[in-house]
Amino acid sequence: MKLLVAIKRVVDYNIKVRAKADGSDVDIATVKMSINPFDEVAVEEALRLREAGIATEIVAVAVGTAQSQDVLRHALAMGVDRAILVETDAVTEPLATAKLLKAITQREQPQLILIGKQAIDDDAAETGQMLAALLNVGQGTFASKLELTSSHVTVTREISGGQEKVSLPLPAVITADLRLNEPRYVKLPNLMQAKKKPIETVKSSDLGVDLVPRLKLLQVAEPPARAPGIKVSSVAELVQKLRDEAKVLS
Amino acid sequence: MTILIVAEHDHHELKSATRSAITAATALGEDIHLLITGHGVDKVAQAAAKVQGVTRVRVADDLAYTHGLPENLAPLLVLIAPDYTTVMAAADSFGKNLLPRVAALLDVAMVSEVTQIVDQNIFVRPIYAGNLNATVQTTDPIKVLTVRATSFPAAPDGGAADIETLPTTGDTGLATWISTEIHAMDRPELSTAHVVVSGGRALGSAERFQEVLSPLAAKLNAALGATRAAVDAGYAPNEWQVGQTGTVVAPDLYIAIGVSGAVQHLAGMKDSRVIVAINHDPDAPIFQWADYGLVADLFEAVKELENSL
Ligand SMILES: Cc1cc2nc3c(=O)[nH]c(=O)nc-3n(C[C@H](O)[C@H](O)[C@H](O)COP(=O)(O)OP(=O)(O)OC[C@H]3O[C@@H](n4cnc5c(N)ncnc54)[C@H](O)[C@@H]3O)c2cc1C
Ligand SMILES: Nc1ncnc2c1ncn2[C@@H]1O[C@H](COP(=O)(O)O)[C@@H](O)[C@H]1O
Repeated sequence: MKLLVAIKRVVDYNIKVRAKADGSDVDIATVKMSINPFDEVAVEEALRLREAGIATEIVAVAVGTAQSQDVLRHALAMGVDRAILVETDAVTEPLATAKLLKAITQREQPQLILIGKQAIDDDAAETGQMLAALLNVGQGTFASKLELTSSHVTVTREISGGQEKVSLPLPAVITADLRLNEPRYVKLPNLMQAKKKPIETVKSSDLGVDLVPRLKLLQVAEPPARAPGIKVSSVAELVQKLRDEAKVLS
Repeated sequence: MTILIVAEHDHHELKSATRSAITAATALGEDIHLLITGHGVDKVAQAAAKVQGVTRVRVADDLAYTHGLPENLAPLLVLIAPDYTTVMAAADSFGKNLLPRVAALLDVAMVSEVTQIVDQNIFVRPIYAGNLNATVQTTDPIKVLTVRATSFPAAPDGGAADIETLPTTGDTGLATWISTEIHAMDRPELSTAHVVVSGGRALGSAERFQEVLSPLAAKLNAALGATRAAVDAGYAPNEWQVGQTGTVVAPDLYIAIGVSGAVQHLAGMKDSRVIVAINHDPDAPIFQWADYGLVADLFEAVKELENSL
């Protein structure tokens, strides 16, 4: 069985990003970039399915600039079999990304598509559901456990207040929650080897997808700051402040 | 300017988050329709008709809708969406699962987790774990939104809408529901509680998490929350996780105990009205967000706090 994993290059989760001085966009010119954490979980799950003898081939795909090759190399170093870069200089919205991923899916014909639950830059959590819609297949979103057979996938999903289980005929789209697994560390020799592996590049313009943004970014701003707080010296002072000043205790 | 809200309910009552979406919708227009889907939903439809702001309740009753599977609900929404300028839902696990699928089928953009409505086409939403707010303008003919419940108050009762029955679209066969496990809680629900007591990795074990935090939560009639570190270590169940990838809360009082204050955690609680932090490290980042910070060993401080309430 063939698996497709979609990975996005995003600002590293440890970085605190800022708005550009004119508020026109996010300032990410010089910051550290990494594979989106949820996508790393998706890659790991694919590797485990291959190690369990269920999957035979794993293809990683990233949509982005030539720089997205580095996250594809990370996926190759983790152990995926092939990597495809859908190259575009435009920042694609989830709908456009889903359309590009659909085009790759139609070409590759995977049985299962693994995607991150959300990209930690736009925090949209949309692409997987959109791709499932465009492919007219089932979606197992926010997945914390997968059980795969040759014809179906059973997905445990994280929902408000608990879990839900659904069964989807293949092909299907899964979006990975962090809970799905803990990704392996990438060893340096593997990373060095991955540098030599080929990455196939497909020009987004060759896929016949309309990438024109539907949303106009008017402004990026820091949220209003909270009024500075104080340190209290004892539990007694805390209780007194909560009662008399904050009035949150009766 | 007619707006459709996809309701979430338990077949008896509307979820409070749906009532928040109704309040948000009043900023967009006066004609607000509520779509109730499921099987055997008369009771909740009648309750929904009484919510202030709702002008019509549309009911789609079909076995295929019982568990809210997006594979079965999306075709219904695509069918009725052309009647509307905006289709929206609360940004919880139901709305976030369904609406992107609907948006893609309508070939329109989706605007997720809206926290502020500027006008009919302009919305504010957090990005980068809430470090920044983006203001975006939609250009599509139908706007598809999810709204963050903590940013809009729940709409009260006080309306009298008509109820209409819709034809249904049946089962697509693309998904089969197997089971739902909702963990029974003896505490108020996390997302709507007025007080949240949250614990981090410092609690050290599941037993101590319960032993130390439960009595305090009981005295404050608070919900329990947790950091991802605490959840991953097995101290607390998944659904207690507060943050970028957990529940977003904004209670009157949030007490963070043994929590360092990672941005991913802050993303889920920094809009709380009053934040208290108890941590033995005076430099813990959480103190930059706390209205009241107490540098202390949590095991002593929490006991003392509980005793003085
Ligand atoms: C993509 C992504 C998404 C994430 N999403 C979330 C999310 O939704 N929610 C979330 O919470 N995290 C999330 N995280 C994890 C987050 O980055 C932090 O790792 C996590 O919040 C840390 O949890 P913590 O504060 O319990 O643990 P720590 O950072 O280990 O902090 C423990 C704190 O306890 C204090 N302490 C220790 N002993 C005592 C004592 N006896 N008395 C008092 N204080 C004590 C320490 O000083 C320390 O500050 C995410 C991470 C990633 C990469
Ligand atoms: N540019 C991209 N290239 C590859 N995959 C992407 C891209 N953007 C989003 N994705 C996938 O879609 C998931 C959800 O992204 P989003 O809908 O933007 O939150 C990510 O975790 C990725 O798996």
